[in-house]
Amino acid sequence: MQLDRWIALVILCISLIYGYSAFFVMDELLAPFLRRNPIWPSTFPKILSVLAVATSFIILLKIERSVERNTSSDMDLSELKNYKIKEAIILLALMVAYALLLRPAGFLLSTVSFLSLGGVVLGERKIYILIPITTLATVIIWYLVQGILGIFLRPLPYFL
Amino acid sequence: MLEGLLIGLGAAFSFQNIIMVVLGCLTGTFIGMLPGLGPMSIIAIMIPIAITIGDPSAALILLAGVYYGAIFGGSTSSILLNAPGVAGTVATSFDGYPMARGGQAGKALTVAAIASFAGGTIGAVLLMIFAPALSTVALLFHSAEYFALMVVGLSAIAAFAGSGNVAKAVLMTLVGLMMATVGEGALFNMPRFTMGLMDLQSGFSFITLAMAMFALPEAIFLVMNPARSVQGSSKNDIKDLRITRKEASQIAPVIGRQSIQGFFIGVLPGAGATIASFLGYAVERNLAPEKEQKEFGKGSVKGLAAPETANNAACTGSFVPLLTLGIPGSGTTAILLGALIALNVTPGPRLMTDSPEIFWAVIVSMYIGNIVLLILNLPLIPYIARVLSIPRTYLIPFILFFTLMGSYIGQNNSTELLILVGFGVCATILKFADYPLAPLLIGFILGSMLEDNFSRSMQLYDGISFIFERPMTSGLITVAIILIVLPSVRARFF
Repeated sequence: MQLDRWIALVILCISLIYGYSAFFVMDELLAPFLRRNPIWPSTFPKILSVLAVATSFIILLKIERSVERNTSSDMDLSELKNYKIKEAIILLALMVAYALLLRPAGFLLSTVSFLSLGGVVLGERKIYILIPITTLATVIIWYLVQGILGIFLRPLPYFL
Repeated sequence: MLEGLLIGLGAAFSFQNIIMVVLGCLTGTFIGMLPGLGPMSIIAIMIPIAITIGDPSAALILLAGVYYGAIFGGSTSSILLNAPGVAGTVATSFDGYPMARGGQAGKALTVAAIASFAGGTIGAVLLMIFAPALSTVALLFHSAEYFALMVVGLSAIAAFAGSGNVAKAVLMTLVGLMMATVGEGALFNMPRFTMGLMDLQSGFSFITLAMAMFALPEAIFLVMNPARSVQGSSKNDIKDLRITRKEASQIAPVIGRQSIQGFFIGVLPGAGATIASFLGYAVERNLAPEKEQKEFGKGSVKGLAAPETANNAACTGSFVPLLTLGIPGSGTTAILLGALIALNVTPGPRLMTDSPEIFWAVIVSMYIGNIVLLILNLPLIPYIARVLSIPRTYLIPFILFFTLMGSYIGQNNSTELLILVGFGVCATILKFADYPLAPLLIGFILGSMLEDNFSRSMQLYDGISFIFERPMTSGLITVAIILIVLPSVRARFF
């Protein structure tokens, strides 16, 4: 089965869970006097779930005739083996680490580490240039965001 | 009207005010480039400075400069990094980013600057002529018409779907609408689909979703496929601002149409720049000849000029209810209303008669803001466009960092960053399977407004009869159905 139909299957499952929640769970929480209203909090989600299930089936069963490949995206699945997937996964892991360390390690340390390690992962070998540039950029951004725009970003690790 | 314009010119043209507008445009442009900081946040930040100035005309001119600068700055990050910081510039990235990636960053920024200038200026002329009359028309729009207008906005999905891909676009729109129902809605005051998680209580953040749908998949793909980088183009191509005569003749009618359409959509309270830009894009795609239609989404100058003109014209249009009725039509005009009140100016029906110098100063400040923005930005474009010639080992980590910061600044919550990465991975997989992501974001943006207006109409009419009883609503719904069905019918029978 093609990837787009696998995705339609996943969305179908999500829509069924969403629909089950709208049809059977949400209404139980509704106060009795609200039940006389023509519109309930579950009304709109119910409509959406029915439409989403129907549309998922159209894709899953290939009811719509596809006459051309939508070439707006030039990401080609058949070329997957030629792509640098390992680098992409490492960068995503770095983003997750950044999210987890931003508060405990502070903005300056976590940002300089993220930008420098990101550069190294992508092949930058002139670390003596990379680290000063990322440090300077980080300090400027921190000053702009906290000093001028007044949005608080803890600069240093929590223990300092 | 001429007398009023002269009053406005007298109030606006002084050395101090020209400095104000230059400073405002520069500040707005540079801060607006940061994802997550749209015109609303920037104007809010500038209000204390505007109040310190004291003179309402000078303060308004400063804020108008900031406003237009921020809109252009937002377009810049959409075009160069595919990172739309505000909903109104999402449609700009559809063709702006492919142009930039194709080595035409300078041209894309020039088209955006000219389209914004034209949209803002023509909008200001229309504001001057039609403001009092339009304020009464805007009040005729009820929740049923707003609901129908949102449905037409959503039907713009047909513009993003290739032949045979309408079902995918519809499914993505529905997923976006479903995501918009997560959290505590304004109308029901009851958490929905939060799975008991506090972080989902206020729903998903627009900026997180925008970054995850647009900037992150592009950055991931730049990592996976280094050949995709724009570095293949020469620096001269990137900096080249020239628009050919053919391109100028292509975008001129687009600018004319979208200035008018965008302005009138902007007049409606709540509709604003977002719907104007999506509808502008959809209308121009449908009007284009079949050969040009295929270029949309791949770097069409028409596809870039349409949303840019429409969102600027709509921003000007949103001043109609503010100045004539005292009703802010958008978040940004609500902040401006606060600034005006802080400056002891009360907008409303009496503003034009009681304080004509303020009313006309606002209009003149729009002209000045647009002109100064164009004069300042055209020479800056080659330097701004150079962002793309930064080596990828520096550029990609910085794009990822700005994506993270855009999401973090809005919510001040680290969980938001994890949601961003999760959605970014999902968006990349969806792109591999040719699912268009724009409809998902459009569905999400319009979802809560759509549900609110649908619910109000249902309550007022005690059911769904409002769709048939109100002629304007029926008309708009019919247009929406035609827009969705047309591509499939074309594909099957023509």
